Amino acid sequence: MTVELLWWEGCPSHPKALADLERILREEGAPAEVKRVEIEDDEQARRERFPGSPTIRIDGEDIVPPGEGEPYSLTCRVYRLRNGRVSPVPDPEDVRDAVRSRVA
Amino acid sequence: MIGIGGRAPEFELPDTDGEPQAFETPAVVIFTCNHCPYALAWHDRLMEVARDYADVHFYAINPNDAERYPRDSFEAMKERVRGDGGWPMPYMHDATQEVARAYGAKTTPDVFVVDSGGALRYRGAPDVDYQDDSLRADWLREALDQMLAGEEIARPETDPVGCSVKWRR
Repeated sequence: MTVELLWWEGCPSHPKALADLERILREEGAPAEVKRVEIEDDEQARRERFPGSPTIRIDGEDIVPPGEGEPYSLTCRVYRLRNGRVSPVPDPEDVRDAVRSRVA
Repeated sequence: MIGIGGRAPEFELPDTDGEPQAFETPAVVIFTCNHCPYALAWHDRLMEVARDYADVHFYAINPNDAERYPRDSFEAMKERVRGDGGWPMPYMHDATQEVARAYGAKTTPDVFVVDSGGALRYRGAPDVDYQDDSLRADWLREALDQMLAGEEIARPETDPVGCSVKWRR
């Protein structure tokens, strides 16, 4: 299983996203290291199909697929938690579900 | 960029009705935007503070480069305010980014409290945790209460937390 965290320094959310991701990988017994990919400019954002920071991909798939037509750019992603609140990081249970679907 | 006790820059910017809004004191100047999850998460709390402190002038200013971030365009700002049925403060477009630069705004949100004499009394985050609605923008409320009571501000500066201001290149 390949796990990637794509991030941009303009958003302060990536340390929390990484901490949540690493904790959940440990809890689920998933033998994966997180590859961190810093996105530094718009061209790289387009090349990496980066819809914003942070983006977590497992085996190349975004764990929270962006909406249709979402541009690729240096921006902060807006996630929705399961309680409906806006958040700069994905709901940990969404991360857990994505990990479980690969380790099951 | 101004420090605590320094004179807050005056400004006049268009609101979402296209009307120029001039700076008046005492004031709360909030740099915010449409696209940032931190600004969105704190938004309702900040609107509530504006409703609760009717004697203070509140200004929401979007400083982001709308060319690179179309969700922060003036049109998108108008649509958002319309969709919300109005805001309790003007939402203003800082197209040249001069106001944001003058204040030294770093993030969205970034909050500045200015007393009736025009001096900066608080700068920073609304409260300690964007995820906890029970906090009600307590750092901002504390600064306002102390300023309006003529007291020293116990916590005049906190680190602003949010998305970096998107400067034009």
